[in-house]
Amino acid sequence: MNLLIKGGTILNPAAGLYQNLDILITKGRIAKLAPYIEDKNAEVIPAGGKIIAPGLIDLHVHLRQPGGEGKETIKTGCAAAAAGGFTSIACMPNTNPVIDNELLVHYLKGVVEKEAVVKVYPIGAITKGSRGEELAEIGLMLQEGIAAVSDDGNPVESSYIMSMAMKYAKTFGLPVVSHCEETSLAKGGAINEGRQSTLLGLKGIPDIAEAVMVARDIMLAEYTGAHVHIAHVSCARSIELIRMGKSRGVKVTAEVTPHHLILTEEDVGDFDTNVKMNPPLRTAEDRKALRKALKDGTIDVIATDHAPHTREEKSVEFDSSPFGVVGLETALSLVLTELVAPGHLSLEKAISSLTMKPAQILGLRTGKIEEGAAADLTVIDLNKEIIIDKEKFYSKGKNTPFDGWKVRGVPFMTIVGGRIVMKEGKVKFKGEQ
Amino acid sequence: MLCEKSLSLFPRCLLKKNLLDIKTLNKEDINLILERSHYYKHLTKEGRSFAPVLENKTIANLFFEPSTRTRMSFEKAAINLGGKVINFDSSSSSVQKGETLLDTARTVESLGVEALVIRHPLAGAPSQVAGEVGTPVINAGDGSHEHPTQALLDLFTIKDIKGSLDGLKVFIVGDVLHSRVVRSNIWAFLKMGIEITVVGPYTLMPPGLEEMGIKVKPCLDEELRQADIIYLLRMQKERQQGGLFPTIKEYKKFYGITQDSLKNVKAKGIIMHPGPVVPGIEIEDILTRSPQSVIQEQVKNGVFVRMALLELMLSGEVKN
Repeated sequence: MNLLIKGGTILNPAAGLYQNLDILITKGRIAKLAPYIEDKNAEVIPAGGKIIAPGLIDLHVHLRQPGGEGKETIKTGCAAAAAGGFTSIACMPNTNPVIDNELLVHYLKGVVEKEAVVKVYPIGAITKGSRGEELAEIGLMLQEGIAAVSDDGNPVESSYIMSMAMKYAKTFGLPVVSHCEETSLAKGGAINEGRQSTLLGLKGIPDIAEAVMVARDIMLAEYTGAHVHIAHVSCARSIELIRMGKSRGVKVTAEVTPHHLILTEEDVGDFDTNVKMNPPLRTAEDRKALRKALKDGTIDVIATDHAPHTREEKSVEFDSSPFGVVGLETALSLVLTELVAPGHLSLEKAISSLTMKPAQILGLRTGKIEEGAAADLTVIDLNKEIIIDKEKFYSKGKNTPFDGWKVRGVPFMTIVGGRIVMKEGKVKFKGEQ
Repeated sequence: MLCEKSLSLFPRCLLKKNLLDIKTLNKEDINLILERSHYYKHLTKEGRSFAPVLENKTIANLFFEPSTRTRMSFEKAAINLGGKVINFDSSSSSVQKGETLLDTARTVESLGVEALVIRHPLAGAPSQVAGEVGTPVINAGDGSHEHPTQALLDLFTIKDIKGSLDGLKVFIVGDVLHSRVVRSNIWAFLKMGIEITVVGPYTLMPPGLEEMGIKVKPCLDEELRQADIIYLLRMQKERQQGGLFPTIKEYKKFYGITQDSLKNVKAKGIIMHPGPVVPGIEIEDILTRSPQSVIQEQVKNGVFVRMALLELMLSGEVKN
């Protein structure tokens, strides 16, 4: 059946379009955009007073399947994405086993086909087993549909291997997503090295553990001509390096998470493991620099680094707890409430960094609203207020630092390929009418 | 001098439910504990007996890492006040079967105890337990975080010897980076108006000390002459493998306290150490028994301070 979204305001960063148009969707595609459309055969979705954005894209998600199904599965992770307004996500390969060959990518695609309510773009490993020693079958994985390569969580230590990986990925036109961390500097650390680590007696992870690797990878990208995408930038030093790289014409892009944009090391407080993630929360100055970098385009996209863990894994001593927080179901609301509303970021920029920009980085044909394009859309209610309740998450991971936060602006509806997968917070799983 | 009068101003609920750190303890509470510790020391000196304010109360010592003085000091303090103590030793407990910290704490709470005294190798463990159980929690040292009762007994010892705290100068020498004692003591000293200088190689200095008003010095020098208190920290040999300093020999040369370096110290300057002392590294063995050393006094006072603390936290009232 056709869908007709009526009366909404379209926010389409790709075309600079910000106007009131109806949208007719047939056969999963946007058939028509016009000020007034009538179609007797269509299910009408009244969207007066709401924003219609291209479907949100998160290029940094951990779905944990295979091997970590206690934390998350493709089914639950994609439901969480839909609930959060995301229509496309890219999933990291640091599962067990690591996604480092075509068969595993093929397996992922099979599960996605059966279980996923949103589009999933697998990211393949850079090296076999993400051990940083030998290149993974990047070309063959591309044939199965990977969108990028990354050894996220296991930074490539050898500069030689990284330079080879960049040259090789460039051969196939794939971006290299780099988790920048000099492990010898970060080893054993739990939170940012600074006043808070001193007071809490926790080993610190200095910002230079990230920045020295950002410097290396930008230099390697310049040298190889490859596209490097810096994952979860957390500190001002990295931003300066990225800014310099961009000014030199290096193909470098970067992402930042909502938690790094909103929280600081001071929020670690009483050893709450739901505030433990890698890279760690930094200082207020770093947060300020991140916000500015997103505004001026030095940082291209907002990505969640959605990293679910079980309650058991997080209910241990701070040092023993795994790194990571969930983000899919809170990202949009937090960005709207904590960044857009106070004026740190324009609504257009926020939406562009969650749609068009990540699509460009991964080379996806989504992220924009135009006739003929796949009908991946997110309808946003900017005025609705809710209290974040982790117990209501579709994600198996309840490890959020934002439980109980009051937010204004929520995803009202998520449409993937013309199918309504979420309406007013309720996800429609595959096979459900 | 005795503070029986002022104590009557605090009829009940004398302290917060938990003692997790010095950072959030206010000056009034610190003074109250010190006054009450003084009272117990005074009773002991006079050979008088203690009121059994912890009668029918049981304290559980949950020690997840080895300890001599802290565990036995808590035990002695409880016994002195008529309380009972049950001990938990992680090496012979269900922790070996995989029981988690929080489950262990809940289990011990279910046995029916009035307080959990927790020592743990990882920072924050007592705070996390306090968030889960209703029983009062006392931090007996957690990782490199804090060791609040050590700071309190140190303040008491200094006050007992010097008469007052305000305006004194302390030099803390050694491995500040890994020391939970320092993290409690800097709060304690700052709150009570003691000036702090920390001395050690930059590899053993955590960031952010200067912002708190602490002087950081890389070398022991003639400035030591200004010190009213030299507070030494234990140096662990393992730190050498961590690349923090080259050899014990070199460390001793620059940061060890010797008879020679004591020549620079005021006649009334005192040497303190939280223990355990590793003979011959941070201080020449003989100096631990010198007149300037108050290391054994610290241990003695630890019992009075812990008596005061247990009483103030658990008995709900003060009987003289």
